Amino acid sequence: MTDQTQPHHPDGNPSGPDADKHEADKHDTDKHHTDKHAADKHDAGRPHTDKPHADRHHAPKPADEETAAVVSLDTAGGAMGPSAVPATAQSGKIPGGPETLVRRIFTGSGTVSVLAVLLALILGGLLIALTDKQVGATASYLLARPTDFLSAVWNAATRSYVALFQGSVFNPRGGGIGGQFAPLMETLTIATPLITAGLGVALAFRAGLFNIGAQGQIIIAGILAAWTGFALHLPVGLHLLLVLVAGIIGGAFWGGLVGYLKARTGAHEVILTIMFNYIALYLLRYLLNTPAFRRPGESNPISPILDPSAVYPQIFGSQYRLHLGFLLAIAITVFVWWLLNRSTVGFEFRAVGANPKAAQTAGINVSRSTILVMAIAGALAGLSGVAQVAGTEKVLTDGVAATYGFDAITVALLGRSTPWGTFAAGLLFGAFRAGAVQMQIQTGTPIDIVLVVQSLIVLFIAAPPLVRAVFGLNPRRKKPVTAGKSKTAATTGGAA
Amino acid sequence: MSTTATSPQPGKPQAGTPPRAEERQQATSEKPVTWKVPVLLSALGIVAFIFFGLMGPNQTARFGLSSSGDFFQLPALEVPGFLGGIVLSVIMLGLAGYAVYLKTKDQAAPRWLPIAFIVLFVAAFLIWVVGGARTPSISLAGLIAGSVTLAVPLVFGSLSGVLCERVGVVNIAIEGQLLGGAFTAAMVASMTRNPFIGLLAAAVAGAVVSMVLALFSIKYLVNQIIVGVVLNVLVSGVTGFLFSTVMQADKATFNSPGRLPIIDIPVLSGIPVLGPILFKQSLVGYLMYIAVIVVWIGLFKTKWGLRVRAVGEHPQAADTMGIRVNATRFWNVTLGGAIAGIGGSFFTLVAIDSFTKEISGGRGFIALAALIFGRWNPIGAFFAALLFGFADNLQSIVTIIGTPVPSQFMAMLPYLVTVLAVAGLVGRSRPPAASGIPYVKG
Amino acid sequence: MVRVLKLELKGITKRFGSLLANDHIDVVVEPGQIHCLLGENGAGKSTLMNVLYGLYEPTDGEILIDDEPVSFRGPGDAMAAGIGMVHQHFMLVPVFTVAENVALGAESTKAGGFLNLEDTRRKIQEISDRYGFDVDPDALVEDLPVGVQQRVEIIKALVRDARVLILDEPTAVLTPQETDELLDIMRQLKGGGTSIVFISHKLREVKAVSDIITVIRRGQVVGSADSGASTTELASMMVGRAVNLTLDKAPAQPQETTFEVKDLTVVAPNGHHTVDGISFSIARGEILAVAGVQGNGQTELTEAILGLQERVSGSILLDGKELVGRSVKDVLDAGVGFVPEDRKVDGLVGTFSVAENLVLDLYDKAPFARGISMSPAKVLENANSRIGEFDVRTPSAAAAAGTLSGGNQQKVVMARELSRPLRLFIASQPTRGVDVGSIEFLHRRIVAERDTGTPVMIVSTELDEVMELADRIAVLYKGKLVGIVPAGTGRDVLGLMMAGLSPDEAHADKLHHRDPALGNDPVPGNSPALGNSPTPTSASRAEGGDHD
Repeated sequence: MTDQTQPHHPDGNPSGPDADKHEADKHDTDKHHTDKHAADKHDAGRPHTDKPHADRHHAPKPADEETAAVVSLDTAGGAMGPSAVPATAQSGKIPGGPETLVRRIFTGSGTVSVLAVLLALILGGLLIALTDKQVGATASYLLARPTDFLSAVWNAATRSYVALFQGSVFNPRGGGIGGQFAPLMETLTIATPLITAGLGVALAFRAGLFNIGAQGQIIIAGILAAWTGFALHLPVGLHLLLVLVAGIIGGAFWGGLVGYLKARTGAHEVILTIMFNYIALYLLRYLLNTPAFRRPGESNPISPILDPSAVYPQIFGSQYRLHLGFLLAIAITVFVWWLLNRSTVGFEFRAVGANPKAAQTAGINVSRSTILVMAIAGALAGLSGVAQVAGTEKVLTDGVAATYGFDAITVALLGRSTPWGTFAAGLLFGAFRAGAVQMQIQTGTPIDIVLVVQSLIVLFIAAPPLVRAVFGLNPRRKKPVTAGKSKTAATTGGAA
Repeated sequence: MSTTATSPQPGKPQAGTPPRAEERQQATSEKPVTWKVPVLLSALGIVAFIFFGLMGPNQTARFGLSSSGDFFQLPALEVPGFLGGIVLSVIMLGLAGYAVYLKTKDQAAPRWLPIAFIVLFVAAFLIWVVGGARTPSISLAGLIAGSVTLAVPLVFGSLSGVLCERVGVVNIAIEGQLLGGAFTAAMVASMTRNPFIGLLAAAVAGAVVSMVLALFSIKYLVNQIIVGVVLNVLVSGVTGFLFSTVMQADKATFNSPGRLPIIDIPVLSGIPVLGPILFKQSLVGYLMYIAVIVVWIGLFKTKWGLRVRAVGEHPQAADTMGIRVNATRFWNVTLGGAIAGIGGSFFTLVAIDSFTKEISGGRGFIALAALIFGRWNPIGAFFAALLFGFADNLQSIVTIIGTPVPSQFMAMLPYLVTVLAVAGLVGRSRPPAASGIPYVKG
Repeated sequence: MVRVLKLELKGITKRFGSLLANDHIDVVVEPGQIHCLLGENGAGKSTLMNVLYGLYEPTDGEILIDDEPVSFRGPGDAMAAGIGMVHQHFMLVPVFTVAENVALGAESTKAGGFLNLEDTRRKIQEISDRYGFDVDPDALVEDLPVGVQQRVEIIKALVRDARVLILDEPTAVLTPQETDELLDIMRQLKGGGTSIVFISHKLREVKAVSDIITVIRRGQVVGSADSGASTTELASMMVGRAVNLTLDKAPAQPQETTFEVKDLTVVAPNGHHTVDGISFSIARGEILAVAGVQGNGQTELTEAILGLQERVSGSILLDGKELVGRSVKDVLDAGVGFVPEDRKVDGLVGTFSVAENLVLDLYDKAPFARGISMSPAKVLENANSRIGEFDVRTPSAAAAAGTLSGGNQQKVVMARELSRPLRLFIASQPTRGVDVGSIEFLHRRIVAERDTGTPVMIVSTELDEVMELADRIAVLYKGKLVGIVPAGTGRDVLGLMMAGLSPDEAHADKLHHRDPALGNDPVPGNSPALGNSPTPTSASRAEGGDHD
């Protein structure tokens, strides 16, 4: 028991309010022990502070209960496979370590995730309703007939969301079974690059690195993969393999470079990756204006079409865009899970992410881990680049990465940086993207609403107390201050 | 107090009065002098000698210094391309050699040296670019004036970053603040038919974005980088959505803000080169100069600034001295947002007179770069932003005069320079110690 | 002069969750007294003072000033009421000057909110002159030595007219000499009418200055005494039982010397020589304890051996193998077991399970991994056996290590490091922040490791621990080895060595009964490579009466 372990925050080692509770619990355990040794020789006259709580040590503490809830929810949701990391370690409620990024990401529970999505959808719906003409019309006689107004709001929001659903999962008006499930195929297609890039971001998160650079990594991978695809002419099989390798190397190089600079010079990876995104983009734009990349006879910056031997085969025939890349994404998710939870490399990554100093003292080469994890993260994002040029687009343009690189960040955050969580989040955001197109056509609701909902989801997931407060689910341990202001918080969040 | 990015003493943020800075140099003189600066300067010197000198253009580069409106005319500056390149790059090599010599005596290069080097390098580069163009003539006055104009939103953005980071909150949301400001300025100015009200509204919008950042990062302890990144997406989504649904539906009512007038101060604005920069600006332009000076004085000369910096460096110490850490953070971040919001209004009230999606075009990130390059100092950030504005402006000019340098590389320049800066020159430079770390009271 | 003030804490109770950090504590600080709060680490002293200073809100109880109840909502209120505090970890902004730090929170301003540092400088000069502090108002705090930084803290409080000054473990970072200077300052302040609350667990200092001593144990006041109380009496009150300072350990059976350090020098990033030409050796079956005030190169010495320091010269030989220039992994593989001084920062990954922490430096070795594939079953199996062997109190092997108590965390680190065959065992501060029960256990394990024939190096700033474990004692001062003396060397001699005197000088000094608080700078160790210079230990033995 030291004074250090008291809820007292030496700079550089702030721990959250939850941590304090644990610190406190720790004292208990200590006292307990001290007592055992001290009891016999102790002068009997003194009243014992801790006699009444002598067994507190074994009683479940509130924090433990909560942790247990996290475990069951997470496994019930199927979001997490069995992990070498105990669930307690993933719940992020652990004191002692610095308040790391990783810890924040894991904070929260399955319920909060669901509620966060719900809350974001509600706010998005309100935004839709706000700009709806019918709603505006009924608002003018709101006091006279409020039901008109409310039903208009409901209609505006649900109309858009129904269109969104029909555009992403199941369209009853589609022609035949094939047509009805066409939206789902489209969702999976769009989810493919989101999943792999999201895994890249998530993996880096777990190693304590903030990889904002998936965008740039996708671009560089796309450049190399596309060039391999249209400039070389190779036999079937070999060609695609080479395209894949080229993309992976491109992404790994661009990511690894950031890792290298960070490890060697201490430059912050957030700044580096942001800058590298732009450098990659301008490099791509430059290349598309060179004879090596520009399609002959074309004045727009667009590359030749990739050879048929260089593209992913379509899984369910030519009527859907869904390609082999999706199956690859599933395999990659399994791989990343294994890498993180069952391999020595992943052990190193996680140790470096959670406490780099302890990792270093334990003989782990932190610089090497930093470079390696960024290279692997880049390679994963690179797979998204390949999925774009060899799967969906089949050409290279300066929009090759679309916004997948940035969406990948939100995907990883929503998936709490676990491989299967990221996979699920990728599917969800893929559905949003696919459905938004249909929604815009059917209801005129702009695609941008997806950005709003997506970012709100991530904001809410990162702040579980807010979500709990909004839904009135406050556990005993809530700080009253938090509950008091969270309503304003929600509105502010929505209004911005 | 300037772009001391190349200063040979890493690990010391700028602060306080010049005499103290001197002492600081003394105090750190025992720290080993690295090879970084001499080596980098030598490498750049050699690059300059080969490209700008030996491979320099044969034409004479002509730089116009006055415009027709000036009240007296300066003759144009004419520099023979090849000779100019050689002379300048030889001087650069001399400076690099001096730095190497100092290093062998275990002394750090003086502060002016890297700055002088940068100036020479840019000059040589300009001669090289212009001398190699189809029409080897540009108006230097116009180039500089244009650079300042393009730098306006960058300066406001980086000031926002300075205020936030100095108080301990990382602000990745500058882009969102600029965009929010631009949108709101356009919308409100259109609805009220008054661009000045639009300007005010822009400040409010920026502040609101900042408040969300502050709320989530200070109260809910969400990682500040996450909030920043997500806020950028959120603002982009909301403005994009409202642009499509509201503005496009009724452009006349919602997206015709009108422009802020250019305030031309008579006579003074006629001074060649300096006149247009200092005395022929929109209100936003003048506000920029004021903001830089006010923020600098505020941070380093006032009670408020002392407290702000203490909160950003050692929040617990500030707390024990009775300073309310989280409140200080909240209001400073909000203030920063308001400043960035004003910067955003530049896009829709000064540059052009309407809003389009993503009008800020990633300049928030360049502002972030300027802030780092300027070492968390308002004046440093100002000059860094000017440099980036210059690169931006040069990019469009080289396209017009037809130089062999691809414009994409010019566009890439700010980002490359920033990578160099964070990795090489200011790699170990020290942001405020508590930046990015939430403060939880015991 | 300062107006005096009476301070009373009545029934102060502070809970953190289920923990009672302070349980109905009553303390009265009479005007112009030095009132000492004595207690072990974690007894609740700092919590109590943070309550008094307005940093924590008490769960129950009240604070009275001159018999009037007051309530502090923050340090600002406490300061306004005349309470100043010097924290254990200094609350100074490193990149600010002394004047800026002193001004912070109570700035003098000119019109328009502009700082008026002149005013602050003048005040600092005044106080500095009055107490002989010799502090330059324009120096940057980060460039100042710790002792001077502490004075800046005291100035901060005095500038705010503190009438009660709380000093929280102020001597932890000071050399014995600086400590004596501080004690003098405290007496001066008292003479000037300032009351002082002095928090410490070091009996010698407490006895030296206190007017009254309140002993706190496990959050409760367990008694009070005046400075005349005997050390053993105070110690047993503090610990809660008769203190047995000696460990039953058999005399060392040193065998051949397998670990040797020669002319080791470590250069810090700022150019200082943190370790300066140190040479020593350790034989198998022997414990060498490294003593010294914190910050005299101990951390760098151990880190250099492990391969964590970058600029290292000289030679470190283990079993004839050079360790300088090798990676941490190589060093660990050479058979070095390492317990770092700060387990939370360097020893454990708090969010990892106990099981994972138990293989933190073995995860890639058989049987835990084949190739790069790990075996969770083996990791768990190992964990269960270690937990049993070391009596680690944890809900399960899957519990996060960060949730364990300090003592149990330390057991995890120790269990891991001792779980493989070692050629050298290094433990820094092996029992810092550990409860008494675990201390005994850990000490026994260390001695047991010695008895298996491993050379053991212990680094500790606690003299008690050094004297208890050591077979030989090495003392570091400013990165230099002052000397190596046999176990059983007196505390006073060691204290003088910790202030930089060579063993010979220290003994001579002791024999001449000079005041240990030397007026001028002590002579630094005469030779960096003293090695095992024989010293006359009998004298110190005879006079080493002042055991704490």
